[in-house]
Amino acid sequence: MKEWFNLQAIYVMWLREMKRYVRARSRIIGSLGMPFFFLIFLGTGFKNFRSPNLPSSVDYLNFVAPGIMAIVLQLGSMFGGMSILWDRQFGFLKEIMVTPVSRVAIVLGRTMGGITTAVLQCILFFCVALLAGLKLPGLSGVLNCLLFMILIACAFVNMGLVIASLMRDMQGFSIIMNFVMVPIFLLSGALFPLQELPRWAQSLCYINPLFYGVDGLRSSLIGISVFPVTVDYIVLLIFCCSMVILGAFLFSYLDVD
Amino acid sequence: MDAITTNNLTKTFDTLTAVDQVSLSIAKGELFGLLGPNGAGKTTIIKMLSTLLSPTAGTAFVWGHDILHERDAVRRSIGMVFQDPAVDDQLTGRENLDFHARMYGMQKAVRKNRMQEVLALVGLEDKADILLKNYSGGMKRRLEIARGLMHYPNVLFLDEPTLGLDPQTRHHIWEYIRNLNEKQQVTIILTTHYMEEADALCSRIAIIDYGKIRAVDTPAALKNSIGNDLLHIKASDLDRLAVALERQPWVQGVTRYDSYIYAGARHGEEKIPLTVNLAQSLGIQVTSISIRKPTLEDVFLHYTGKTIREEDVSNMDRIRASMRRNRGGGHP
Repeated sequence: MKEWFNLQAIYVMWLREMKRYVRARSRIIGSLGMPFFFLIFLGTGFKNFRSPNLPSSVDYLNFVAPGIMAIVLQLGSMFGGMSILWDRQFGFLKEIMVTPVSRVAIVLGRTMGGITTAVLQCILFFCVALLAGLKLPGLSGVLNCLLFMILIACAFVNMGLVIASLMRDMQGFSIIMNFVMVPIFLLSGALFPLQELPRWAQSLCYINPLFYGVDGLRSSLIGISVFPVTVDYIVLLIFCCSMVILGAFLFSYLDVD
Repeated sequence: MDAITTNNLTKTFDTLTAVDQVSLSIAKGELFGLLGPNGAGKTTIIKMLSTLLSPTAGTAFVWGHDILHERDAVRRSIGMVFQDPAVDDQLTGRENLDFHARMYGMQKAVRKNRMQEVLALVGLEDKADILLKNYSGGMKRRLEIARGLMHYPNVLFLDEPTLGLDPQTRHHIWEYIRNLNEKQQVTIILTTHYMEEADALCSRIAIIDYGKIRAVDTPAALKNSIGNDLLHIKASDLDRLAVALERQPWVQGVTRYDSYIYAGARHGEEKIPLTVNLAQSLGIQVTSISIRKPTLEDVFLHYTGKTIREEDVSNMDRIRASMRRNRGGGHP
């Protein structure tokens, strides 16, 4: 049993993700494109947007930047988790599964790799946002923000793993993209205050884990939030743990063909 | 102790029995071949022995470890080269080997040494730092063989090691495989549907068809079992002639085929007049008779009633049909 936490295996799986990430420079630039344009064009296009739910001290760009950070994290980490489908397609998953490394260690290694790439991507975007006019928060704000980034990434990497282990190939990918990923970020309060939504849609937001991620990031960066930070932490942590457990469970029943 | 023993190993997918009560024992140091058409169950056997699939029934021991209850011990004692490439294209050859070595918990010094050894074994020392996406098919296969050997496995599985490679590369790979078996003392189990590959490499061969073992022996003994010489006979009434030939004491098995009969015999040249006389006494016209030494192809034909090529089609259809059925199915 002591073997299921196999540090060297977790490390080398993480190392592989890092090497692949650094080597795919065009992917790094490419995936910064969409959030950058969101920030620039939504930020300027809605700069006169006023809502009773948006304090007048905060402009729309500062409001939306933490939201877009959450979207960067969500998409990046879900892609990261689902990339085992590529490994399966190219056969590398078999190479991993035939080794004497426990399934739990394999899931942990993948999770670490996915978290690191998604968080790096988000930090890159954060720097871009600073240049575009996001106000730099204090040290505790930055640290809180980093913790939320890790929690969000961890939760959604494993959600990606869960989805990937229920799928056979990449064919259902656009369905997942359009009916899971997009609704999650649209109903997370990332782009507008959720109080603008009709009541039924608001209740959907409250069961959306990314909502608590956005809320936490916003509270750390610009000091406004719907819930107290502790609530955001607790909800995210619970969701994160259940995704890790579900991911590890499904992965151990994954047949390799 | 044998390297591998299987006891009535069986795997069924829905209604398809892919592996049907296979009992084999493979000694240490053998270069053992599983010969059969695509879809005969070779890969399924290997997947069960390497713990990637659980058998429906039966048991097997690999290097003394139970494949059901000692999975990690089994995984540690085997190396695996899959039928389809299973490498990371974005990593270099050395990084692929390093990944593998660390997954098996090898220490740094051991890792470094062994990497040089296995790279030298497959002649890839000067290509080790190139990304895999720039490797040719043959180089990838060689790297996978090197990787399979990285962690000092006792048993190496090679699933169709030369599938899709050109003849020259194929002969190189054969050299490496022979070398491994002889100099490195690795027990090797390979699957193939190439007769000449099984014939050239294996010390013993199991002929598999529809998941069942039809015959197990050395290539020479298999060929002798159907006669030292094969008479290839064309005649006006093949059915009656085949029946009559089977009753002759000097005939070692008759295989009735589309437009001819194969009959095994010793001293085939002396049996030509006997055959002609027999046919004439039955009023059958013999059109032609020729003699040749039996090949594994003939052995396969004899034991399965089909050539491996026509078998390919029907088996692939069978597999495709079962894959279609499984696609909707989710997980077992």
